[in-house]
Amino acid sequence: MTALAIVQTLNGFQLGVTLFLMAAGLTLVFGIMDMINLAHGSFYMIGAYLTATFVGVFDSFLLAVLFALPLAALVGLLVEMVALRTLYQRDHLDQVLATFGLILFFNELVKIIWGPVPIFMGVPEFLSGRIMFGPDLEYPAYRLAIIVVGFLVAIGLWLMISRTRLGMLIRAGASNREMVTALGVNIKLLYSLVFALGAGLAALAGAMAGPIYSVQVGMGEQILILTFVVIVIGGIGSIRGAMVGAILVGLVDTFGRVLLPGAMFALTGSTAAQGVGSAIASMSIYILMAAVLFFRPRGLFPVKV
Amino acid sequence: MRTREKIVLLITLAVLLLLPMVAEATGNSFYIRLAARILILALAAVSLDLILGFGGMVSFGHAAFVGLGGYVVGIMFYHDFNAEPILGLDATQSFLAILAMAAVVSAMFALVIGAICLRTRGISFIMITLAFAQMLYFLMVAARKYGGEDGLALWNRNEMPGGVVDLHDHAVFYFVCLGLLLAFLFIGYRVVHSRFGRVLRGAKDNERRMTALGFPVYRYRLAAFVIAGAAAGVSGALLANYTMFVGPSYLSWTQSGELIVMVVLGGIGTLFGPVFGAAAFVLLEEFIPEILNHVRDGWGEHWQILLGPILLFIVLFARNGLYGALRGQTGGPMLAPDLTGADLTEPDRPKDADVSVEPATDTGRPV
Repeated sequence: MTALAIVQTLNGFQLGVTLFLMAAGLTLVFGIMDMINLAHGSFYMIGAYLTATFVGVFDSFLLAVLFALPLAALVGLLVEMVALRTLYQRDHLDQVLATFGLILFFNELVKIIWGPVPIFMGVPEFLSGRIMFGPDLEYPAYRLAIIVVGFLVAIGLWLMISRTRLGMLIRAGASNREMVTALGVNIKLLYSLVFALGAGLAALAGAMAGPIYSVQVGMGEQILILTFVVIVIGGIGSIRGAMVGAILVGLVDTFGRVLLPGAMFALTGSTAAQGVGSAIASMSIYILMAAVLFFRPRGLFPVKV
Repeated sequence: MRTREKIVLLITLAVLLLLPMVAEATGNSFYIRLAARILILALAAVSLDLILGFGGMVSFGHAAFVGLGGYVVGIMFYHDFNAEPILGLDATQSFLAILAMAAVVSAMFALVIGAICLRTRGISFIMITLAFAQMLYFLMVAARKYGGEDGLALWNRNEMPGGVVDLHDHAVFYFVCLGLLLAFLFIGYRVVHSRFGRVLRGAKDNERRMTALGFPVYRYRLAAFVIAGAAAGVSGALLANYTMFVGPSYLSWTQSGELIVMVVLGGIGTLFGPVFGAAAFVLLEEFIPEILNHVRDGWGEHWQILLGPILLFIVLFARNGLYGALRGQTGGPMLAPDLTGADLTEPDRPKDADVSVEPATDTGRPV
């Protein structure tokens, strides 16, 4: 029983850090540029597809990721410069619509380039084993690696934002963009950099998720909606909120799926109740989000105005 | 309403009334079906515009109400077909009863989720409406009894009492949809131009001021949300009858996105605009693939690669939508505080020129 709980907790963390990598970029872009970017999921998809392609070329997962990430960040940079830059000052509705258009565009583009059939991507060989924690407690090394990478990136991000000059400018840009511009900072360049960073993080999430879930068109939207749940729960614009929200959503979703159907079956002894349980399980994170917003309309860690 | 706008509306009405006759006379009954689809989606889009354009509530979950209306039809069909009572009552196949049920069920759902969602503002509102729509989506995916992920195929359309009107007849079905759309446009027109509508629009421009004037803004918004939900439910019931199918795809978040696209394409905050937006969207969806297939075989299936940039272009450059262009309105921001749908000649309309320079501190956004 404890072994199961530990394994599921690890699964929750694994989903959580993936969500964090997505949420970090989205929440930064929102906090600094006041921009809702629905197309953020597209970078996740692009990251996964590029990695899958480069794995075929180099036959090495690490090398593939190394090439895929800058390329995806470059795509993000291009999108920012061509389309999104003019949207920062606009209404949220305009941003939702324009980036909804971008989703359609990227999904179709990927379908044209790679075809509609999902691509298979194996777990890299050096991580294909299982790690034994105890007599009957083992966990796939690859998933453990995702957790480790996710936490390292989170620490790196935190150090960057709180300790470096770039991070200082990002924080300054978030709290008063006019003042930062007046002090001679090239705010356009700063925005582009932040956007490219977010796209790169999303691509990293996609690249790591590739071997676990299938690489297919539409994978970006599935995780995008979860990511929005995360940043709304955490408080939009807050990196700390994104981390807490991501882990919370990862754990609630994982345990909901594992425990609820069985619990409902055990309580009532009917398979119909089991079905209800799995329905509630897939709704659980949305219920969590509605509850958080009901009691704290601005999320758990609201950014100070 | 200016003369040009009246002319545009009269011509549109004439076209809509004559379309079935012309289509049948020329042997193109396919177009009647296409036009019926436009009318059904127009009803959903107009109802969304009521809260989006006039109330400033960016709901990203409007498809939930459409889906609920659709599932009322589907679930009633299932219980009628299997002669299984629902909630202790016999299921009905009467069209009028089902429309009423769809409206009531959607309105009740709107009341419950509206009461929660309207506590939030800005992006949180967008996200929480999306979240509720997603909950319903997963609920229906899990409801294996009613088809689960595959949905329910209906073998029959609903019946009109006495059998005087046959909904299987394309032209008849078309006129039923047209009648319902016109009825809702009439209601919408009355709502928007009433005191209620003014409060709603006032709250969109400056919530704080309306509250200070003593208006219970929350209740007004909730009422508008419920009206819009009920109308969207009716449109869903029509859609289920039209396609003779209902499934979770009715509730998917892309469906909500497409409804927003229709509203903006037609002209946000114009009441009649979304009708044109729905028409444009359905026609684009129908004919871009055909045109692309003419250019090169097989290109048609990738039509969305064009739709995406078209959307981006509309948002960036053509902000008044089709209806704005038709009635000769150019320039000005899409969501300007000058109440785009309002009659500019109304004498008692308050001057709100100073609204635009006030800081938007009441939106509850961070930063």
